[in-house]
Amino acid sequence: MTTSSNVTFAIKENKLLSILLRPRLYLMLIGFLIFLAFWHLAVDVWKLPRFSQMPGLFTVLQELTNPNPVYGLSVYTAEYYTHIIASCIRVFVAFALATALGVPLGLFMGWSTKIREYLFPVFEMLRPIPILAWVPLAIIMFTSLEAPVIFLAFLASFFVTTLNTMLGVESIDESYFRAAQCLGANDRQVFIHVVVPGAMPFIFTGLQISIGVCWFSLVAAEMVSGQYGLGYVINNSYTNVRYPTIIIGMVTLGFVGYITSALVRMVGNRLMQWRMREIAMSNN
Amino acid sequence: MKTRGQISIKDVVKIYNPDGAAVMAVDHCSLEIAAGEICMIVGPSGCGKTTLLNAIAGFHSINGGSIHMDGEMLCGPGKPKASPGSDRIVVFQNGALFPWKNVLDNVTFGPVMQGKLTAAEAKEKALSMMADAGLSGSENNYPGELSSGVRRRVEIVRALMNDPAVLLLDEPYRALDSLTKTVMHEALLDIYYKNKVTIFFITHDLQEALFLGNKVAIMTSRPCKPKKTLIVDIPYPRSYSVVTDKRFRELMEETSEAVHEEAKKSFAAGEREG
Repeated sequence: MTTSSNVTFAIKENKLLSILLRPRLYLMLIGFLIFLAFWHLAVDVWKLPRFSQMPGLFTVLQELTNPNPVYGLSVYTAEYYTHIIASCIRVFVAFALATALGVPLGLFMGWSTKIREYLFPVFEMLRPIPILAWVPLAIIMFTSLEAPVIFLAFLASFFVTTLNTMLGVESIDESYFRAAQCLGANDRQVFIHVVVPGAMPFIFTGLQISIGVCWFSLVAAEMVSGQYGLGYVINNSYTNVRYPTIIIGMVTLGFVGYITSALVRMVGNRLMQWRMREIAMSNN
Repeated sequence: MKTRGQISIKDVVKIYNPDGAAVMAVDHCSLEIAAGEICMIVGPSGCGKTTLLNAIAGFHSINGGSIHMDGEMLCGPGKPKASPGSDRIVVFQNGALFPWKNVLDNVTFGPVMQGKLTAAEAKEKALSMMADAGLSGSENNYPGELSSGVRRRVEIVRALMNDPAVLLLDEPYRALDSLTKTVMHEALLDIYYKNKVTIFFITHDLQEALFLGNKVAIMTSRPCKPKKTLIVDIPYPRSYSVVTDKRFRELMEETSEAVHEEAKKSFAAGEREG
């Protein structure tokens, strides 16, 4: 008994140690350090010509952590969180709608040749239209302040999700369909037990791209219209010559965007245990 | 002897018509398979063996002739494509266990989908069949965690769960190394002794065919039809030492020339793997 518990302990300890010793962690830190050092040097030390208007690293850090920010926005102000929450809610609504509509549509388009033949050409014509080109239409269609912004974020996300889901269904090996037929599954059962799980890896790859473009088009939309949100912060600070606040908005976007796509990845990994184990096996 | 799973293939013709250039894959092919027999189909790659299997399974239509099973027409005049069903189950070349389902859910898939057994009954049956096949303990693994040899055995158990009349095996051991293959052969025969199901087994490995088969049909290169059919008069149960016996070697000699001839023809015609 004692021996076995000692062994488990040793393995656990090694695991922690191996995480700390992993070169990945240090490479990542070094990467960040190089980036920040360049920023600082370019603005404050070398004073490169293109960087003359740019706020320096320490100016931004000071502003970000200042209880009484010079330009009105820091981690100590409630307004900062109002903007973050406003953007997050919009992304959440847009992303949820895009997923709820895009995944089923993509599944049916991939599964049924007929549905694909009806919808795919229209889809392929609308998809390349840049989201910014939709702005006037969005404002005309939706009278409220929130709806056009959410609509634009939704649209970008929706195209990506639908397309990836459709490709996911098309990627499923024919022999799985045949095996299911042999084993007596009817169409509905094939859909639930083969089409949906078989497309899942593509769906989640798609959702990660989708949440990215969702943020992208949200910020574009917020810069055009809106009273809150991180895109609004960036645009408004630009108009009012509050340059450090622009950087605060950008850094916050990067951070929040990273967290949301990590969340999507986590959900995907939870739902696809089989895939995780397969990958773990092939790494051994 | 079992009375289920007798297959008679009569004058089957299959023409593929990609881009208007008709390619005859199977040409007036006739073959009788007795109930409970292991029939091995040997032929060069791409000769149309799989086409024949697909016609029996109901994945493809045929252009002429007919296929009957136990006196009932699967496909033939007026019905070019058989309907796939759990009386004829295919074990695929690259394996088709659902990677997103664990072994138990894969094995119970057939009876549960068809509503023949409840999940609990299917589980009980699955566990006992897996124990029979020496697969106990892997029921909670996903297929991706198993070796390819074990995956093939699981797939055969998944098929047998449906009590099929015939198992259709499409070069199931092609990707395995030759040592694993010998183990798989004995395991398949073990399963066969217990279940006495008709087996339609496609291969291009003559030794595999003679070791496993009761009947061996050597097919011509495209278009496909039997060139030579023989009964392997070595009694079951067979152990692997059979391959060094005099009778086995005689049969090898008798057949290898025919197989080699077709392989050369197929090679000359530039057939690709298929």
